[in-house]
Amino acid sequence: MNTAAAIEVRGLVKKYANKTAVAGIDLTVEQGEIFALLGPNGAGKTTTVEILEGYRSANSGDIKVLGFNPATKGSAGQKWRNRIGIVLQSASDAADLSVIETVSHFANYYENPKDIDQVINDVGLTEKIDSKVHQLSGGQRRRLDVALGIIGSPELLFLDEPTTGFDPEARRSFWELIRTLKSEGTTILLTTHYLDEAQELADRVGVINNGKLIEIAPPSTLGGRNTAPAKVTWVENGISKEILTNNPTEEVLKLNQHFNGQIPELQVLRPNLEEIYLRMIGEVK
Amino acid sequence: MNSLKVTLRIGLLRGSLELKQFLRQRESVVFTLLFPVILLFIFGSVFQDTIAPGVTFSQYFVAGMIASGLVNTGFQQLAITIPMERDSGTLKRLRGTPMSVSSYFIGKALLVTILMILQTALLLFFGSVMFDLNLPTEASLWWNFTWLVILGSACSTVLGIAFSVVPKSGRGASAVVSPIVIILQFFSGVFFVFTSLPIWMQQFAAIFPLKWLTQGMRSVFLPEDFATQEVAGSWEIGKSALVLILWLIVGLVISIKTFKWSRE
Repeated sequence: MNTAAAIEVRGLVKKYANKTAVAGIDLTVEQGEIFALLGPNGAGKTTTVEILEGYRSANSGDIKVLGFNPATKGSAGQKWRNRIGIVLQSASDAADLSVIETVSHFANYYENPKDIDQVINDVGLTEKIDSKVHQLSGGQRRRLDVALGIIGSPELLFLDEPTTGFDPEARRSFWELIRTLKSEGTTILLTTHYLDEAQELADRVGVINNGKLIEIAPPSTLGGRNTAPAKVTWVENGISKEILTNNPTEEVLKLNQHFNGQIPELQVLRPNLEEIYLRMIGEVK
Repeated sequence: MNSLKVTLRIGLLRGSLELKQFLRQRESVVFTLLFPVILLFIFGSVFQDTIAPGVTFSQYFVAGMIASGLVNTGFQQLAITIPMERDSGTLKRLRGTPMSVSSYFIGKALLVTILMILQTALLLFFGSVMFDLNLPTEASLWWNFTWLVILGSACSTVLGIAFSVVPKSGRGASAVVSPIVIILQFFSGVFFVFTSLPIWMQQFAAIFPLKWLTQGMRSVFLPEDFATQEVAGSWEIGKSALVLILWLIVGLVISIKTFKWSRE
């Protein structure tokens, strides 16, 4: 085991015929980290991830994924794929096979597969083990995708919008699964549209817009969130009151004295990740 | 050496998986395997004229249908299902695993081989039981039959893979592929006696492998002296082999150079 970063990207550029999709990205994802990539559609998120996964080649840039250039062709590239797992955005394949047939077939591809029943159990499909894939619900289908992504015991797992279409409960149990994988040492690169998901799971978040990474930070400090003015709200004589302040502690102390104790319905609100994010990508000024 | 073993082992596993999936799709079983048999019944029952001493049209037709069967299970089936697999994300998912391209192709080739054996057996059975198809008794004819089937299905497989980049989507694939196959069948002397076709049609068909495959099959299943009724007055068996080998090489090169895992 080396201690090099799981993903190391310098100056990644990808141009298509009429536009530049990725305009010079630098990115380091440490081993064992969950890194969330956020960005609006068309920002270059998918292109970046697909280059890291080896699906596309970059025009320029120095790219190392588990110390390996993903664009390498031939058997070296195949060998490298033993160490990664990919959960794609949408797939509707293998519809006529059962869950167990699909997972055990994919296990054959890898040098070091996990236990098949264990993986099916981990993604919560034990009850559906003999169901045909076309009989699964959208959420179950997605969990099968995850099972196929992790069956090869990957060191690095790519998750592309993994919980789209999940109900809240399924999403919670999916998050648990991801945390378990992390605790086993798996590095995870996640793209998502759900800010709460990034907040829940990610050690760090990168925001990508117009082909550039505009910020990388832990969810709690992204966009200066931790130092942004806080909103203090309370209720006085049945009327909601609020004040925007850079020093919420002082305001709360003042209110505490004002009420001589308990402040009715007190809340101190930092801008949430979603507000910060929308501001960053220019959706909200 | 070791990686070759792995490639072969996974290729075998893919072949059995492909077959399992194929057999579970009832419409594909009917369309690919039984359609030629149904055509055999229709044409064989309608056209029972004698086209030469001791040769009925249905015998002529069965020989052509066996050749067409190789086009159905290989070219047509692959050129339709591969674009569908591309659309559904099957290919993209496979691309992201350590499975090698060769294993994928081996799996497809195995599927085609098994389907082809099934289909040829069905056609031979119904052809000989219902339409007086004479099964050859000479070993040399069976030898010709064997290499025609192997070369024909190899050719059909690689051309199917090569052609799979043409349809823009999985849904439209059969609309693109099926007419080509049907037109080729008309031009190549499957539905009509080849020599009764207009000269330009014969010459056009002679570019493609199906014409040579049907002619080769006739050399196996029709009486030897029917050769005089062919365009060249002989079976041209060596020429058939040559054309099939040329197409096999062309198909192989194109499929390796142009195969796409995803749509864009």
